[in-house]
Amino acid sequence: MSKKKNLFSKDTKLAELIAGDRRLLQLLLRFGITLGFGDRSVEEVCRMNNVSADLFLILCEIYTDNSFKPDHNALKHIDMSGLLPYLRASHQYYLDERFPHLEEHLQRIIEACGPKYGPMLSHFYEEYKKEVMRHIKYYEEEVVFPYIEALLKGQRTNSYRIDEFEHNHTNIQDVLDDMMNILLKYLPGDILPKERVEISLDIMELSDDLNRHSVIEDHILIPYVESLENSLS
Amino acid sequence: MRNRVIICEASEIIANGLAEVIDSMAQFDVVARIESPEHLNEKITASDANLLIINPLLLGYQNKEFLNQLGKEHPHLVIIALATSYLDHSVLTPYNGVIEINDTRSKIISKMNEFAQSENTKKADDVELSKREIDVLVAVAKGMMNKEIADQMNISIHTVISHRKNITRKTGIKSVSGLTVYALLNNLIEENDLI
Repeated sequence: MSKKKNLFSKDTKLAELIAGDRRLLQLLLRFGITLGFGDRSVEEVCRMNNVSADLFLILCEIYTDNSFKPDHNALKHIDMSGLLPYLRASHQYYLDERFPHLEEHLQRIIEACGPKYGPMLSHFYEEYKKEVMRHIKYYEEEVVFPYIEALLKGQRTNSYRIDEFEHNHTNIQDVLDDMMNILLKYLPGDILPKERVEISLDIMELSDDLNRHSVIEDHILIPYVESLENSLS
Repeated sequence: MRNRVIICEASEIIANGLAEVIDSMAQFDVVARIESPEHLNEKITASDANLLIINPLLLGYQNKEFLNQLGKEHPHLVIIALATSYLDHSVLTPYNGVIEINDTRSKIISKMNEFAQSENTKKADDVELSKREIDVLVAVAKGMMNKEIADQMNISIHTVISHRKNITRKTGIKSVSGLTVYALLNNLIEENDLI
């Protein structure tokens, strides 16, 4: 218990924090933290990169502790200016890197499946991709985020309120998990087994990442936007 | 789903007392009270019980054998020992749980709730889709809505939903598109069945 507390202090060396849980590596680039931070503490590195150390540590907490739910009152005192850029960077990582990577592997499996199973697997993935794009790109990036940016400038629009937010990541994760089950459990065993194990490891990682991402949206972004809405009304 | 309980106990006082406690619980019904384990198998089938409370003394030395057989015939049945006197640990091991003669009302209630839960975990071992579940799976894969499936199969929407939950639990697949792929891979439907 006390060990955990030490791990999540501003005085901890950033390198130590990451050694404690490798998933925290993901956060660095999304926060725009430049590498080569040497033995500096979390606080120092955050200051050098204009990142709120409090926000950074809360997200670290979400990534390492499955049951962690941020306290809405504590959030009020935290500088949230880095949140939207962080979420955008995460989206970009999913859309421009993770999904294309997944697709590349999957394409090889689809080809190896031949005409019997190939087209349906391909169709399954295409439908899924449409859903991912619809939610992340056409909804969050093009409706929700611009709305929040307008709020930050003190502009109030009547067309949208954050309580309408679609919690659609559950579905995105469900289908991802289904894809893994199909690849591991149900596709005939002789089709590219190595590739399928590889892709399953990637899917598990992505699914976990998306899970944390929706915790951030539901428990940090939404309360934050609600407080912005309240301060304007 | 409501739990259906059979009590098998020779003492009328004990059987009635226990039945009164169980009947007072919203999610439980005592569907049969019998004095001896004769025809127990048929009675379980006829009453569609999911919980059996039985005094191990009634089974004598054939305890284990009898319970094994019962478990095979009714894989979903949770079997609970009703201990009216001290029983050796080895006698009680084949049971899913024990209710003791001096358990208080609240203790019995909390145990019963636990036993009903354990039925769910028991079910998780059972992975084969039933005929009915396959019918529902095929309909879902073809893109039918719950209401349409209920009308076509002449069952309630509630039953459709419960079949769908079981399908997901057994296959590990949650989404409609995933279930469609599953159905195709298992040759339950053809590509041109899809709309």
